[in-house]
Amino acid sequence: MTAVSDVSKTGEPAANGRVAGDEVLRVRDLHVTFDVRAGRLPAVAGVDLTLRRGEVLALVGESGSGKSALSMALVGLNRGPRTTITGSVEFNGMDLVRASDRELRKVRGNGIAVVFQDALAALNPLHRAGAQVAEMITTHRAVGKDAAWNRAIELFTDVGMADPHRAVRAYPHELSGGMRQRVMIALGLANNPDVLIADEPTTALDVTIQAQVLEVLKELQREHHTSIILITHDLGVVAEVADRIAVMYAGRIVEYGTRDQVLFDPQHPYTRGLLDVVPSLTGPVTGRLSAIPGSAVTGVERPPGCAFAPRCRLAGPECEQPVELRQRGGEQGHLDACTKEDHR
Amino acid sequence: MTAVAGKPTRTPSSTALVAVDGLTVEYRRGRETFEALRGVSLDIHEGETLALVGESGCGKSTFGRTLLRLERATAGEVRYRGVDLLKLRGVELRRTRAELQMVFQDPFSSLNPRRKVVDIVAAPLRHARGMSRAEARAEALTILERVGLGAEAANRRPAEFSGGQRQRIGIARALVSRPRFVVADEPVSALDVSVQAQVVNLLADLADEYLLTVLFISHDLGVVRHVADRVALMYLGQIVEIADRDVFFSGPAHPYGEALLSAVPVVERTRSRERIVLGGDLPDPVHPPAGCLFSTRCPLADEHCRTARPEMRDIAPGRQVRCHYPKGFS
Repeated sequence: MTAVSDVSKTGEPAANGRVAGDEVLRVRDLHVTFDVRAGRLPAVAGVDLTLRRGEVLALVGESGSGKSALSMALVGLNRGPRTTITGSVEFNGMDLVRASDRELRKVRGNGIAVVFQDALAALNPLHRAGAQVAEMITTHRAVGKDAAWNRAIELFTDVGMADPHRAVRAYPHELSGGMRQRVMIALGLANNPDVLIADEPTTALDVTIQAQVLEVLKELQREHHTSIILITHDLGVVAEVADRIAVMYAGRIVEYGTRDQVLFDPQHPYTRGLLDVVPSLTGPVTGRLSAIPGSAVTGVERPPGCAFAPRCRLAGPECEQPVELRQRGGEQGHLDACTKEDHR
Repeated sequence: MTAVAGKPTRTPSSTALVAVDGLTVEYRRGRETFEALRGVSLDIHEGETLALVGESGCGKSTFGRTLLRLERATAGEVRYRGVDLLKLRGVELRRTRAELQMVFQDPFSSLNPRRKVVDIVAAPLRHARGMSRAEARAEALTILERVGLGAEAANRRPAEFSGGQRQRIGIARALVSRPRFVVADEPVSALDVSVQAQVVNLLADLADEYLLTVLFISHDLGVVRHVADRVALMYLGQIVEIADRDVFFSGPAHPYGEALLSAVPVVERTRSRERIVLGGDLPDPVHPPAGCLFSTRCPLADEHCRTARPEMRDIAPGRQVRCHYPKGFS
């Protein structure tokens, strides 16, 4: 197994533009392995992360990068007979990797909430939207039904529903995609969690609706100091809301730093490539887009060295050696996992 | 990706290869009907890539599918080289269809999982051109090679390929019958960003090589800016603006275009970009607003907009807009 750097030794990147708050979540050497027909799939292969109070940490990656497996593992949602989770996830003095299912259920209601991408699949079609939010509240707290219902209306107002009194009474299919995603966020916020994990919360939405939902997330962070882990493949969205960014590739973090460090002084060739392939709305039009050749490794076989090397035009023999995430060419606290020195 | 031999000779002309007039499609929802397309008129010029943009539910896919007779039109005309495609029947329809092809959005559901890749790609030649199995397979192998999948791909099945490779297979199938007109319906939106660019570039290269006319349906304005010659913007089943690519991206005249463009999150150092955040959602198409269809969300709408529905009008050469107060022209 590749050595994983101890991030605390190299120093954490400071949250962007604000005083670094206290840590709410600390992930150390997390591995998530799925038993599949072809063998053991290392979906997450040694990840260290720290989430501070009131910050938005973006996990950026493409399909198969492990970003969803990682976020589900934080709260044990992908526990099962075919999943092995090792490492530690410290939250409120508890290690969530070792916590019992019962303890985890408690944490998921109150401490860490998860908002999924596909709101239609995640909501119960037979219950009114407001009832689902109210149930979330009464399950985890000693609150009466009426109080919970009123709180649901309040939450629907908070997430920007145009007509919250009507929306609480609606069934999921009667709501538009953007409104359903707001219901999901309201569900997540029902018990004032310290941490909100939002897995591609706007990917299924149109841009005009996405803009509304991103406003809601930013407001949450501003008003309630909720810490948010935002999982996305969209660098535009990241630029819009993230304080810090972890770029994932094939189950590992390949670059980690503040928003400005990662987006405007990218160190890893994969990050640079990702930034290049986003078709810009400004600048010259060439008729051709820059592309990254090939596609990501997603199978059970992983190269011992850098997983991006087969697609990297800078790759050389040294890339076959295991590589750690540590400070290299970037500023203090800006980490990357590329051994090539000459490209910087 | 292999480099293209020779320079592109495709140049957009100003004559229509496909002329659409008053195209209307009605859908039923329970006991009610509503218009998914509300009398759309649009010329697609020979040799151009026309992007049709808009948000989900605006009717852009219905438009593409109706042109190729995959949906039934309620009214209107689609003239292709002098004939109304909507009136073609039998052998004539089948023969013409070989010249009109489609690249679908989802490379996972649009390829038959039980068939070998070579047979999937050869199928249009067998059906529309009546080729023998051997002939069709030979052609299929050639085009598979061209889209970057070698002969070793031929006898495998779609499940063995990644999303990007599957979309290459879909492109090969669309182009094997040497069409003149291709509808590409969100051809890269199901793919990872790092793979999207490869497929977009391949499509652009092939459009030049095969002198194609392309209707590129997309919600991704970034991609559109890099592939389109002209842009048509759709809202609730109507075209609301048509302009040359550069004109559109330097500032749409329709407030919806302006809002859409400003809503795209971009990687910029400062976050304080002026953004127009539209309120509300798309109106219910069964009960559309009385006046301008965009008036319920438009930041500029006044009483006139809420009562009188604007017509499409010319505001500059090659530029049309459906708005009472187009930006820079009112």
